[in-house]
Amino acid sequence: MELLVFLIFAFLAVAASLVVVAHKNPVYSTMALVVTLFAVAVLFVLLGAPFIGVLQVLIYTGAIVVLFLFVIMLLNIGREESQLAGHKAQFFTAIFGAVLFGGLVILALSSVRMGAQSDDPSLALVSLKGLATTLFTEYLLPFEIIGLLLLVAVIGATVAARRPPQSEGPAIASGFEPRVDPVRSTPHEEPQP
Amino acid sequence: MTVPVSWYLMLAAVLFAIGTIGALTRRNGISIFLSIEVMLNAANLTLIAYSRQLESHVGQVVVFFVLAVAAAEAAVGLALFIAVFRQRHTIDLNRINLLRW
Repeated sequence: MELLVFLIFAFLAVAASLVVVAHKNPVYSTMALVVTLFAVAVLFVLLGAPFIGVLQVLIYTGAIVVLFLFVIMLLNIGREESQLAGHKAQFFTAIFGAVLFGGLVILALSSVRMGAQSDDPSLALVSLKGLATTLFTEYLLPFEIIGLLLLVAVIGATVAARRPPQSEGPAIASGFEPRVDPVRSTPHEEPQP
Repeated sequence: MTVPVSWYLMLAAVLFAIGTIGALTRRNGISIFLSIEVMLNAANLTLIAYSRQLESHVGQVVVFFVLAVAAAEAAVGLALFIAVFRQRHTIDLNRINLLRW
């Protein structure tokens, strides 16, 4: 039963990730990414990490993918403009890198002795309490730093995505001055730092 | 029948290879980002598989952090794409070569 679920969702993940990589239209790629993320979330649950699976669905498909779709719609990117694999050298580099990576992983798997695997994930592994204890005692400082990182990312994204001044000169140098956009004639009401 | 952990590692390697090919061959900035997300997910799958194998929560904690960093990366990266698109009216990375050479 577990084998069947694994095979179904592993196949789904691989097929959908191929669509992500190969499809010309970014919207379809994003939708295929949703399928990949769901399939991998199911595998997380199979591996005894249901909380991480739920987080995966919430954060990835709930936040990140929606952000991707929003930006795709905002920028109105219909199709990819230049050809897939326009540069032959890059294409062969990619193939070579992928084959090399796969070979290395197989080599590592065959050489490293894995310990005996328990039949089912233990109750202690699945329990949310154990995860929370690890997260909030041993890894408390990284947790706080991640919060800071998210704050910095939000501020950085806000600054980077602001409308640049339409006047001449580098945008970075005058990025923090209050200004009025003459083209769209809508004065900005942003709080200035 | 229980699935061996090495199968999950193989699957993660396949997903990572697919993501690598995508990130190296695509020219659209958004598509490259999506490929990077696939690669991140493959790494997460590896971490969870080892967490299962070693009966440890540390792998899950690291995946938690990776998810947060991926969210931050997506937000900043997409904001940069918006900024670039305003200037160049394209996010085709063949045409955004100001810093390349």
